[in-house]
Amino acid sequence: MPAAGMNTHQDPKTDGQQPVETPDQPYLSRPSILDHDGRSDSSEGERPPLPPRPNTLSLLDDETGSRAALQAEATTAISRTDIETQSPETSESAYSLLAVRGLAQGPKARASLSQLASPRGSEAGDSVSIRSSVPNGDSGDVEALFMDFAATAPGNQRQDATGLLDFPEFAADDIDDDGILSEFEAVGELNEEGDNEELLLQRWKVKRKHYVILSAAGKPIWTRHGDSGLISGYVGVIQTIISFYEDANDHLRGFSAGDTRFVVLTRGSLHLVAISRMMESDNQLRLQLEALYMQILSTLTLPSLTHLFSVRPSTDLSRPLQGSESLLSSLADSFTRGSPSTLLSALECLKIRKQHRQAINNALLKTKASSLLYGLLVAGGRLVSVVRPKKHSLHPGDLQLLFNMVFEADGVKAGGGESWIPVCLPGFNSSGYLYMYVSFLDIRDDIENSAEITKDESVAIVLISPDKEAFFEMQGMRDALVEQMERNGSLKEIKTAIDNGRPSTTDIVPGTVLHHFLYKSRANVQFTMSSYAPEFSSVTRRRRLMSMYNNLHASIHAKNTHVKVHHCVSRSATSFGWVTPVFEFYCIAEPNTNRNALAQSASKIAQWVQREEERLFIIGGAQE
Amino acid sequence: MSESASANAPKPSSSVKLVLLGEAAVGKSSLVLRFVNNDFQENKEPTIGAAFLTQKCSLPTRTIKFEIWDTAGQERFASLAPMYYRNAQAALVVYDVTKPSSLTKAKHWVAELQRQASPGIVIALVGNKLDLTNDGGDVSGATGTAQSESESAQDGDEGAGEEDEVQDAVSGDARKVSTREATGYAEEEGLLFFETSAKTGTNVVDVFTAIANAIPESSLKTGRGTGAGTGQTALGGRSAEDSRVNLGDRNAATAKEGCAC
Repeated sequence: MPAAGMNTHQDPKTDGQQPVETPDQPYLSRPSILDHDGRSDSSEGERPPLPPRPNTLSLLDDETGSRAALQAEATTAISRTDIETQSPETSESAYSLLAVRGLAQGPKARASLSQLASPRGSEAGDSVSIRSSVPNGDSGDVEALFMDFAATAPGNQRQDATGLLDFPEFAADDIDDDGILSEFEAVGELNEEGDNEELLLQRWKVKRKHYVILSAAGKPIWTRHGDSGLISGYVGVIQTIISFYEDANDHLRGFSAGDTRFVVLTRGSLHLVAISRMMESDNQLRLQLEALYMQILSTLTLPSLTHLFSVRPSTDLSRPLQGSESLLSSLADSFTRGSPSTLLSALECLKIRKQHRQAINNALLKTKASSLLYGLLVAGGRLVSVVRPKKHSLHPGDLQLLFNMVFEADGVKAGGGESWIPVCLPGFNSSGYLYMYVSFLDIRDDIENSAEITKDESVAIVLISPDKEAFFEMQGMRDALVEQMERNGSLKEIKTAIDNGRPSTTDIVPGTVLHHFLYKSRANVQFTMSSYAPEFSSVTRRRRLMSMYNNLHASIHAKNTHVKVHHCVSRSATSFGWVTPVFEFYCIAEPNTNRNALAQSASKIAQWVQREEERLFIIGGAQE
Repeated sequence: MSESASANAPKPSSSVKLVLLGEAAVGKSSLVLRFVNNDFQENKEPTIGAAFLTQKCSLPTRTIKFEIWDTAGQERFASLAPMYYRNAQAALVVYDVTKPSSLTKAKHWVAELQRQASPGIVIALVGNKLDLTNDGGDVSGATGTAQSESESAQDGDEGAGEEDEVQDAVSGDARKVSTREATGYAEEEGLLFFETSAKTGTNVVDVFTAIANAIPESSLKTGRGTGAGTGQTALGGRSAEDSRVNLGDRNAATAKEGCAC
């Protein structure tokens, strides 16, 4: 049944649009489409013909007088269930109670919405909304339906498949066009007369991706674009929508308006909201919001965050967070560029020979200071070696925060010296601070490269201690470590490894049809990938690539689907995903790539990774 | 510049631990980067935690190696500050000449240092962002004249020296803190005083040179011992407690002494 608009999660499949008239949601007031799919994307221009989907129709049955808005243009709108709430009681009654209307989202959806008289009649509906399986999955019967998808293709599954197919296409063709670069530009500030507000708001609205963090009391805490003064009205709107559901003892998890997807994550007294027109799945957006939340914890620790709000619910959190905005912004930047690490929830390591890594591990162990907790050697965001106590593994989310701080945000590097930074690693322990020593190594002779390159090439020693007085001890360890590594040639090996960069697909499999791949080793929680160059060097191309991966990943990880192999063909690219208990593999090739060639290359790469496993991944790390 | 001198033959060399304190965004890191790398970045991201840098400063009779703690100005880091100033022989308390509230914050830091830091600590009050005022361009505007050349800076530049320049200060564009006000305060408290621009470099080296000169010989000896490496091990450590006990007035006194020499 149509767990339509709101079910606890997004259900990919049910989207009936129930234009419900809820007086309270003025904002949502678009013609609503129920998407049958969690997300429908329609690609412009051409979409693969879809088989009729019987299921969808049935889903729609419940809804009363809904009209499906179709997007006449091919849009890849991801329309998921439009409004998803996590209601404790996910009963249908609940749904109906909160009349939700599904909105059709398509990137270009708004341009033309054709409304169908009834949702069911909609072949248009079908074509419009291609469902992609959304990871979050569906509840109840819906899920059951999906179970089969992987195995058999009839009916629902069909839809799913089509959805998947569309995504890449759309992503490549519509969404990621040139505008991406402007995503990183500042909106600007209100001038003294305040007469540029319109202009700023206009610029603000053009951004495809926003994050807004606000307190439960409605105070803006951090916004990705524009300052809180500029957009306070919008923050108020968001607050109103969220609290409308809270008043009904419900939690809003997400909704769509036109082609825009809103995802809400509530943590304690914080609401984190992602607003995206970049065709990301709810799960993916939620992961990003989680990372932002982790960053806030990392700055303040959970107890002090809780304390602040328990003492004064109207606390203005932006003050205690002062100075860490750049960390949030650089996280947001990397999510906007597309981050394989976040997508896969895994880390990347520097590829280096096993014996060289061993030598570095030994140097770390040998020089280990007594108050050291974790010691990391990191090259441009790629882990080279790590020393840790046996009992404590590292949380990828924590490392993501550290790497963001050290390599992406400028605050540390621009300091020009060694740094000593109190930091909470929420995955390790959200209630207290550790102290992090950071020192960058000069292993290049020619440092005057472009910022991007230097970022990839900079090497940092990161030493973490629970003792806040341990700076000089860590400094001593750093000096000893560098000396060791100089003596045994490790520094040179690291430099060589950095210079070698990531291999291209053709280095691995000569003549392969693959342009790019991601490989995640599940056991190691690490991933490796081919170089972005030459195909995906530009920010725009890279963003497109990541959109394709997002879609592929979302399809494969749709809840209750057990997809093992997924092959999508679209106008602009062929994408292929392959999941086993050991690894997840995703790759992109030319459109119309022969399926056998694709599969062959994929398995060759998987073999290569397995052969090179000890070079590509850190297995265990140096343990004391 | 001071660096070049370090190549010179064996002069006695000693380490001086110096800490920078002040409100966020007054330009502490920029001052340090100007001093250490002779570099300036617009819109530098805020420092996170604290950065540790070293730079040598050559005086006619000796070489001073500054070990600089550049602390983040945000309030949440304030509780860590004692760790950095505990054994410091010198402190740069920085405010922004275009922002009166930052001077207030600076005064709080000075008071805290006088209460809690080592008794002999030399404190310099520094008004940064002089380039935003009308007297931004000309070096003479503030204190610096006396020791514009690092070598020459023998005589302390006490607040007293500065008074004459006060007048023209007030006319500055964005200036919100008059030189007179700051000088008066610095004099009362026995602080060195400078107005600087990290952006143009005005007076930056001078501040450090003046501090180097103001460090009492006696404290340098201990400085040498500690500086060499071993002594560093304790970021904070022993003196913390003792110095906290009841040094209120003695501090001020010694600071003055220091400058006077």
